[in-house]
Amino acid sequence: MPDSSSATGLHTEEHNPALLHHFADPEQQRDAASLGMWVFLGTEIMFFGGLFCAYLVYRRWYFGDFAAASGTISMAYGATNTAVLICSSLTVVLAVWAAQTARRTLLITSLILTMLLGLVFLGIKGIEYREKFTEHHVPGASFRFDQAIPGHPGQYANPRHAQIFFSLYFVMTGLHALHMIIGLGIFLWLLTMAWKGRFTPEWHTPVEMGGLYWHFVDIVWIYLFPLLYLIDRHP
Amino acid sequence: MSMPTAIPQPVEREDYLNTKYGVWSWLLTTDHKRIALLYLLSITFFFFIGGFFALLIRLELLTPAGDLVQADTYNKLFTMHGMVMVFFFLIPSIPATLGNFLVPLMIGAKDLAFPRINLLSWYLYIIAGVMMLHCMLTGGVDTGWTFYAPFSTNFTNTKIVEAGLAIFVVGFSSILTGLNFVVTIHRMRAPGMTWSRLPLFIWAHYATSIIQLLGTPVVAVTIVLVAAERALHLGIFDPRLGGDPLLFQHLFWFYSHPAVYIMILPSMGVVTEIIACFSRKRIFGYSFVAFSSIAIAVFGFLVWAHHMFVAGMSVYAALVFSLLSYAVAIPSAIKVFNWTATLYKGSIRYDAPMLYAFGFLGLFTIGGLTGLFLAALGIDVHVTDTYFVVAHFHYIMVGGAVMGYLGGMHFWWPKISGKLYPEGWARLAALIVFIGFNLTFFPQFVLGYMGMPRRYYDYSHMPEFQILNVLSTAGATVLGVGYLLPMVYFLWSMRYGKPASDNPWNAAGLEWKTASPPPTFNFDEEPVVTWEAYNYEELDAPHSQEVPVAR
Repeated sequence: MPDSSSATGLHTEEHNPALLHHFADPEQQRDAASLGMWVFLGTEIMFFGGLFCAYLVYRRWYFGDFAAASGTISMAYGATNTAVLICSSLTVVLAVWAAQTARRTLLITSLILTMLLGLVFLGIKGIEYREKFTEHHVPGASFRFDQAIPGHPGQYANPRHAQIFFSLYFVMTGLHALHMIIGLGIFLWLLTMAWKGRFTPEWHTPVEMGGLYWHFVDIVWIYLFPLLYLIDRHP
Repeated sequence: MSMPTAIPQPVEREDYLNTKYGVWSWLLTTDHKRIALLYLLSITFFFFIGGFFALLIRLELLTPAGDLVQADTYNKLFTMHGMVMVFFFLIPSIPATLGNFLVPLMIGAKDLAFPRINLLSWYLYIIAGVMMLHCMLTGGVDTGWTFYAPFSTNFTNTKIVEAGLAIFVVGFSSILTGLNFVVTIHRMRAPGMTWSRLPLFIWAHYATSIIQLLGTPVVAVTIVLVAAERALHLGIFDPRLGGDPLLFQHLFWFYSHPAVYIMILPSMGVVTEIIACFSRKRIFGYSFVAFSSIAIAVFGFLVWAHHMFVAGMSVYAALVFSLLSYAVAIPSAIKVFNWTATLYKGSIRYDAPMLYAFGFLGLFTIGGLTGLFLAALGIDVHVTDTYFVVAHFHYIMVGGAVMGYLGGMHFWWPKISGKLYPEGWARLAALIVFIGFNLTFFPQFVLGYMGMPRRYYDYSHMPEFQILNVLSTAGATVLGVGYLLPMVYFLWSMRYGKPASDNPWNAAGLEWKTASPPPTFNFDEEPVVTWEAYNYEELDAPHSQEVPVAR
């Protein structure tokens, strides 16, 4: 068996500390990480898919009640949050580009900006939750709902069906927010790594993978916003 | 310990077992082979817990009166039996042990793509297992393993949330295993190992992983909804609040029906390897067997509602699901016919792994065909929630999945441990398992057809059912002995068994081209594949003295 640990010239590449032992070359390692992340995002789609399925069933059954309930959540907050997340996607792309082109300062700035935008999103979400709480729109014993169905004056929404809307609203946005919090943790870790200068144009897989995750969480929101906030809205 | 240094000892070859010692070298290992053994120990532990519950169930049904346990306890017994066996034994059984061990070896990789995620999946399994044990010891759950709403969300006061969380966590562990396999099979194959040269074991695991990846998240979010509904009094599944309990069943079975294929597909992969090796032939219809695995994974996602024919769903939807359920029988039948064609004019040897494979063939066929009875709308109404259903799925899960698992354990035990097991005892155990299994579950077909409902602890108003129940309980005892035997002689062989050669069966496949047990990084030199799969025409039959016969 040839002694592979010594530099015998068998390997033309110099030893890369980020290359794990079981991969043949950095390209294979990067491909594996990338495929793994996409497959993981596939499972995430199925995870949220179950919720979307439940949402669609009830939205079809109780459309008027859902429209009435949707009318009570603030479109302004939702739209602002959508804009915030789209901006954060831009800063994530900038971070990946900065890592690819070895711009350490830009990388760190973009990561910090992404995290700040994420925190702004969560802050606004918190304000929205607080409003729902004071309006007694949180499902449970103290739930109250007395709104008319839009377009049907004098016809009031069934509070039980509106409660299903709010159940789904809290579960879906709650799980989304949980994903945001996990994303903030990942970006904090990326920030410390970037601070230490670990990322090089040859090896910055974690930045790319973190970026993919962040984009996914953004995309979920892009679907949540119209589904939850914009039912039967008219200017 | 007291090794005399004066006598020259043969140099011990370094392999994955003896390369490091100590508890931490195991608990912090990232070697897929060591993680496979960690899984093997854990799932064996849970198998015997689940088996213990099964034995108590059978003891209660020995007499028509409900005398051994109370009704509530009985409900908890069959619930915990189902949960432990499904989530903590059957689903991880072959993928997490044999799959973990063999997938990198069979494709010529040094390890799985993500070794640390592999270890994480085992720790998640253990965390979930501890939660499940705690749940069992502090009260358990009585809903049946299916958690049907609204009983689970509104009425029962047992530990739904804790059991649900345990299943959520163990599901995540299962997702990570599937993710690792998919990436490894795509990206880590040795040079020359094309898709059409992959062993069919790998194809089966690829299909299994797809189901794990796409199905498990759905049951996870369903469990989240059940837990939220219980804890926060939401009304998503509660009909009194406008919710729909059928929606729960749809979401639950969307995972839990394909989960059956998570259990059976790896077993089919094992049986394919064994049948090719012990008939010394290339598998008949390689690509048909390969793509039937994928077809089962795809069709398997489209048949879930056949569990709900009497639940009040639309008759037209039921018709469609009935038809699709028939369709999933086609790829399964393709496999059975191709195995049979492989056997035809083969040089068949009746070693212990092959005995299990034969057992699988017969029992899986019976289990599959009775599945068609259940997919037929008319018959399903007659036998829903009877022992016919219980017998049917035990023929698939125990007669199919567990038979394949045991066959695979025997086939690859020389590779895993580097030791030969006693062949005579192994054949005896295979026979005992086969007899015990049929004695346990065949009478249940008859019972179910005669109308005995499942989940009853007391059948004193129909004492004529006792004789068949006595047979079944007797069979369960025999089956228990059959399961204990391999554990005893496997452990015995680790210390006293004869050393195994690299390829005791003279089998094809890369895993047999490295040492037994393999070195930590699997191959001393990176393998380059220049031959087709199952090239048995180029291999000699094993010489009888090399075959592990200890009689």
